Amino acid sequence: MLAYIIRRLIYAIPILIGVNLLTFALFFVVNTPDQMARVQLGDKHVTEEAIAEWKAQRGYDKPLLVNDEAEGLGVVTDTIFYEKSLSLFALDFGKSDAGRSIAADIQQRMWPSLAVALPTFVIGISVNIAFALFIVMFRASVFDTAAMVLCVALMSISGVFYVIAGQFFFAREWNLVPISGYLGGVDAWRFLLLPVIIGVISGIGGGTRLYRTLFLEEASKDYARTARAKGVPELTVLFRHILPNGMIPILTSVVVVIPSLFMGSLLVESFFGIPGLGSYTLDAIQSQDFAIVRSMVFLGSVLYILGLLLTDISYTLVDPRVRLS
Amino acid sequence: MEVFDVRLHLLWSDLLIFLLVATLIAFGVHLARNPLVRARWAQVFESRIGAAGFIIVLFYVLVALVDSVHFQERLQSTTDSDAVHYSPESKSLLDLALAPMQGKDEKTYSAPFAIVSFAKETSDENGKVSRHYPRLTHGGQHLENPDEHLADVVVKSMNIIGLTLVPVLLIIGGHHLWVRRRASRLPWPVIYATTGSIVVIASWAMGMSEYYHVLGTDKVGQDVLYGAIKAVRTGVLIGTLATLITLPLAVLLGISAGYFKGWVDDVVQYIYTTLNSIPGILLIAASVLLIDVYIETHPEQFSLLSERADFKFIALCFILGMTSWTGLCRLLRAETLKLSQLEYVQAARAFGVSHWRIIMRHILPNTTHIILIALVLDFSGFVLAEAVLSYIGVGVDPSMKSWGNMINEARAELAREPVVWWSVMAAFILMFVLVLAANLFSDRVRDAFDPRMNGRGGDDS
Repeated sequence: MLAYIIRRLIYAIPILIGVNLLTFALFFVVNTPDQMARVQLGDKHVTEEAIAEWKAQRGYDKPLLVNDEAEGLGVVTDTIFYEKSLSLFALDFGKSDAGRSIAADIQQRMWPSLAVALPTFVIGISVNIAFALFIVMFRASVFDTAAMVLCVALMSISGVFYVIAGQFFFAREWNLVPISGYLGGVDAWRFLLLPVIIGVISGIGGGTRLYRTLFLEEASKDYARTARAKGVPELTVLFRHILPNGMIPILTSVVVVIPSLFMGSLLVESFFGIPGLGSYTLDAIQSQDFAIVRSMVFLGSVLYILGLLLTDISYTLVDPRVRLS
Repeated sequence: MEVFDVRLHLLWSDLLIFLLVATLIAFGVHLARNPLVRARWAQVFESRIGAAGFIIVLFYVLVALVDSVHFQERLQSTTDSDAVHYSPESKSLLDLALAPMQGKDEKTYSAPFAIVSFAKETSDENGKVSRHYPRLTHGGQHLENPDEHLADVVVKSMNIIGLTLVPVLLIIGGHHLWVRRRASRLPWPVIYATTGSIVVIASWAMGMSEYYHVLGTDKVGQDVLYGAIKAVRTGVLIGTLATLITLPLAVLLGISAGYFKGWVDDVVQYIYTTLNSIPGILLIAASVLLIDVYIETHPEQFSLLSERADFKFIALCFILGMTSWTGLCRLLRAETLKLSQLEYVQAARAFGVSHWRIIMRHILPNTTHIILIALVLDFSGFVLAEAVLSYIGVGVDPSMKSWGNMINEARAELAREPVVWWSVMAAFILMFVLVLAANLFSDRVRDAFDPRMNGRGGDDS
């Protein structure tokens, strides 16, 4: 097990290098450091000296990928890519192009992100499982068909409409919650209520439908038939046999997103003005702050790979027959 | 020759969509030669939901295709020189059909079927200053007396619906008599109802547009219905182009990884794990902003505004496709791994059949159901994605009509008092109908083609 985890972590290194290369290429192939300096300095009439100084301060005055002038290993190491990427592997994010410490920003913005993402995730899954189980109880009936059509209809509505409708009715018309914004401390719940509700509702259609399929698969298996044949009441079959077994595929399929909850949701945060990591990244992209984007993409990839690893481990935990190799 | 005073001016996306639709049709005809596949399709179309969903999607696609034939009108020459000049603004065939909705701009917002403006105006008559809602310049101009407004709307609607319903019912009746003598298992009542409703609703909206703004007007006084219909092309094209552009890549990489195994497999797996591990929306947002920068720094390549918007649009389709082909690639790899272990593939290999032939004859045909299911499932996802992306400012060009841009404007409209709800409602309805139809249709396709679904049956008849 330990050997497997270590091997997986080693495999992650080339993937992370690839991720870095890709973000790097995206930002530097079309957009030269000179142009970035112009955007950051914000003036159309910047002098060449100002640009050179800006680049020197942030270490953008080196060649991008290959340094022809350096000797030996310096050909690869004395470049922007190498210097900017290597420190990321030590989780040293450095400073943003605007001069703030990225690590401090992340630590500060992580909590609002988590405050929205975690409740949405937990409540969302519970609600979906409850609905799916309820529908499976009435499987192959008119109710089942109607519920499925409703689920597809809910899935067919763009997430944007949920946000618009939620903000319009809950915040504007009925004045129940603030439209957007965020406050730290105990008062935060008033700002969190709407994003969490919207997040849960917009996921109901797809989630319920998927879980229903998983539960139906369990319900048609031999053990469930045997239980029914023994005369076990349908409700007991549902809760004692189908639910625990159906939870296995559900839990193993959601494990992958758990680490990424820290990153928050880009969309929800920018719609509701929550100062989390999602809106942080989006702002950085819009202001072309490459240092932040690179750090966030790196962090996101690390968390995703961690999620994949956790998924594999969770398989062995719930099903002893699975061996990691 | 006066007849030819237009010049065809196809955008790149126009060419692409016609090319892809042609390929799709050829692919469909090719598949239909296989009786097993024909039986599967029959299963899709014999279900009521499948047939209705297909007709609705087809209608949207037709609108999008008609809107993809662009041309430029020849300008009246002001001098006697022989030089021919064409209008820098390109129109599409759809614009001709929607002529009643165009060129009737009001000053600003007006509600659906309104005859007065949404905003009060101050008028000064004989020194008496009063604030009132001015009559619209086009909507309801034929009315002498504003009190007849409601009655006029009802009467005109009844007239148009009545006039359309008669030929529609006659055609349906005639067709029914014809089809009754054949053993057709298609759900004709549903097909009649769907097509009939589309025809009636479309002609009603067109007819009423002669007199009113059916869905009101937007901030600059343009007809909302016109904008919403023009946005159909954007939505449908994003769905199709993004799905189809990267399809060859996914198929090629997925099947080679599963078939050749070894280092090919390692490389392909590495590529898709890397792409997957970058949060999708981040990748899209970053790429779109890069395209923006490219367009800004290379203005000389785009002579027309529509060409610039079109370049950004195709780039967006590519970007969307790039972030989503990995799922299909992984499925194809797994399926190919399974298939290449089967006896008939082993036998082919033992006979010395070339790799290319094995893949084309034995592997690819047996993975078509996976490709097909992925295609129809992705379509609606992309249509929805466009709205979200445009809403956060990394979507299609603001000059292009799209549902996402309409919703984006709605942010300010919904904060007004009284509320301007018709723009967002128009985008919502048109988008919802398309995505719902596509989702229901793709469900039926999956039920019919996914071997794991066999015997379990669909949710409806």
